[in-house]
Amino acid sequence: MSKILQVKDLELSFHTFAGEVKAIRGVNFDLNKGETLAIVGESGSGKSVTTKSIMRLLPESSSEFKNGEILFDGKDLTKLPEREMQKIRGKDISMIFQDPMTSLNPTMTIGKQIMEPILKHQKVSKAKARKVAIELLNMVGIPNAENRYKMYPHQFSGGQRQRIVIATALACNPQILIADEPTTALDVTIQAQILELMKDIQKKIDTSIIFITHDLGVVANVADRVAVMYGGMIVEIGTVDEIFYNPQHPYTWGLLSSMPSMDVNEEKLYAIPGTPPDLLNPPKGDAFALRSEYALKIDMEQPPPFFRVSDTHYAATWLLHPQAPQVEPPSGIIERMRTFPGSRYYEATGGRA
Amino acid sequence: MVKYVGKRIIYMFITMFLIATATFFLMQTLPGSPISSYNKLNDNQKAIVEKKYGIDKPKPVQYAIYMKNLAKGDLGTSFAFKGKSVNDLLASRIKPSFILGAQAMVFGTIIGILLGMIAALKQNTFWDYGSTFFAILGISIPSFVFATLLQYFVASQWHLLPVGLWNDGWKSSILPSIALAMGPLALSARFIRTEMIEVMGSDYITLAKAKGANGFEIAFKHAFRNALIPLITVLGPVAAGLVTGSLVVEQIFAIPGIGEQFVSSIMVNDFATIMGTTLFFSAFLIVVIFIVDILYGVIDPRIRLSGGKA
Repeated sequence: MSKILQVKDLELSFHTFAGEVKAIRGVNFDLNKGETLAIVGESGSGKSVTTKSIMRLLPESSSEFKNGEILFDGKDLTKLPEREMQKIRGKDISMIFQDPMTSLNPTMTIGKQIMEPILKHQKVSKAKARKVAIELLNMVGIPNAENRYKMYPHQFSGGQRQRIVIATALACNPQILIADEPTTALDVTIQAQILELMKDIQKKIDTSIIFITHDLGVVANVADRVAVMYGGMIVEIGTVDEIFYNPQHPYTWGLLSSMPSMDVNEEKLYAIPGTPPDLLNPPKGDAFALRSEYALKIDMEQPPPFFRVSDTHYAATWLLHPQAPQVEPPSGIIERMRTFPGSRYYEATGGRA
Repeated sequence: MVKYVGKRIIYMFITMFLIATATFFLMQTLPGSPISSYNKLNDNQKAIVEKKYGIDKPKPVQYAIYMKNLAKGDLGTSFAFKGKSVNDLLASRIKPSFILGAQAMVFGTIIGILLGMIAALKQNTFWDYGSTFFAILGISIPSFVFATLLQYFVASQWHLLPVGLWNDGWKSSILPSIALAMGPLALSARFIRTEMIEVMGSDYITLAKAKGANGFEIAFKHAFRNALIPLITVLGPVAAGLVTGSLVVEQIFAIPGIGEQFVSSIMVNDFATIMGTTLFFSAFLIVVIFIVDILYGVIDPRIRLSGGKA
C-alpha cells in the first residue's frame, strides 16, 4: 500500500494571552491510499487541530508549527506558501465539518457553493461546472437536483446539508478527504445514512479518508485503522480490530470501557476519572498517568516511547516495556482480548496465553 | 410579495395618520400662537387674521379641517411666509436637502464599509487602530463642530470650497455633505468591522478556505454579504439621523433646505409649516424603513418576504 500522507513528529502550539498552549506534541502517522483512518479521542485531545494543521486552516497569527513535517505529494505542507496551499485545498485535500447547519454560506445558493472549487481548480466552463455539480448532488442523494441546485441552504434539512457539504468536498475528486466529526451534529438515523454514503463514495472514487470522531461506534463502522489521541499525542495506533480487540494503552481501555455495550448488563457506564491535561503546562511524563490506575512510577517522569505490538499496531505506554510489571486490564477489555488471535488472553480462560 | 407590500403600505398610512394627530395636538401645547409676534395689531385686527387662517375655531374643528385637507395632499398655508402654501415651500427646499442627504449617505456608507472591512481583515494592526480611531472621532464629534472646522480650514483658510450658501452648484454641496457623512461613516465602519470579524470566524468561511478560496474571494464573495445584513437594519435610522442632522448643518452652511426652514418655522410658531415639515420627515423615514425591509430579503434569502408566493 502506498503512503499518500505522512505526518512526522508534528508539534504545534497556540500563542494565547495565558502563554503557549502545546496543542500537538509530537504526532506521527501515515495515511495509505484508499484507507480510512479514524482519529479518536476526547475533546481537546488535538484531533481537530491535527487535521486542521494538515489543511493549514488554523489562524496563522496565533498558531505555530514548532517541529516536524507533513509530507504530501513530495511537499512539506508545513512550509508551503499560502498560495501553493490554496491550490491543494479543495482539490487534493478537502474537508467536511462537524455542523452542517453552519458550514454552508446562508446567502449563496448551494449550486454556487458546490461549483466554487470546480471553477477554482479546474479549467472548465460554468456550464460544465454546473453539470458536475448536479451530478454530485445526485451522487450524494439529493433528489430533484436540477431544481434544488438553485436553492439556498436554509431550504434543506440538516442531513441534506451535510450531503451538500460532502458533495462540495468531493467536487474535485480529492486524494484525501478529512471528515471532522461529520455525524456528530446529526441524529442517529441520519448519521447511519451519512456513514453509508461516505463508504459508498470512498469505493467509487478511491479516496483516503481521515475520520475524526469521539464516537467509537462510528469508528467500528467506517475505519480501517484507528489512531487514539490523548493530550496532543497519539497514544495508540493500529487496525480497527487491534484497537477494539487487543488494546494496549490504559487510555484506550478507558475509552472502550466507557462505550455502552449491548452485551454487558452493567447498570453504570464507566467514566474515565479526572480531566484532560492542561496543555499550557503539559505533564512531564505520560499525560494520562494522573488519571490512570495503571500508572507506573516512570510514567510520572518520562513520556513513554512507542512500543511495537505488531507491524501495524503500536502503543505508547510503559506497560509494554519488557521490565514492566504485568497488569490485568479491566474485565471488559479481557473479554474483548479473548476473541483476538495473538492477544495474551486468546483462547485462555483467564490466565495468560 | 404583492400582498406583503400592500399590507405594509396600509400600515404606512396608519403610521402617518398617528404621527399627524400627535404632532397636531403636541404643537398646540407650544407657548404662544402664530400671531403673538404681531405686536402692532390691535385685538380686532388680530381676530381678523385669526379668522383668515382658521385658528379662531375650536381645536377639534381645526383638527378635522386639517386632516381633511391633508387627505387631499394639501398641507395648508404658511403663517410666516405671507400666504405661500406649505406644499410650495417644501417643494422649493427639498432639492438641496435631498442632494445633501443622498450624497452624505452614499459617501458615508461606502467609505465606512471600506474602513470597516480593512479594520476587520487587518485586525489588531495599525490599519485597524487607525480606522477605529477615525470612526470614534466620527461618532463623538458632533456634526456642527465638524462642519465649523471644515468651514474654517477648507473654505476660509485654504479657499478650496465655498463657505456656505447654495450658489456654486455641486461645489456648495461638498462640505455640508462631508459634515453630514461623518455619522453614517463612523457607524458603518464600526458595524462592518464587528460583523466581518464575527462572520470571518464562522464555519462556512473556514469551509470556503478549505475549498481553496483566496483571501479576497473569502472576504468579498462569502463574508461581505453576510456582514451587511445588520448594517442594513441600522441604515434606516441613520438616514433619519441625516435628515435631523441636516437641521443643524443646513443652518451652519446657510443652505436653503428643509432643515433650515423647519428650525425657523418653530421659532415663529408657524403651525402649518411645522406640521408640513414634520409630516414630510416622517414620510421620508417610513419610506426608508420600508425600502430597508425590502433590501433585507434581497440580501438575505432566509428572510425573503412571505405572503403570496413564497
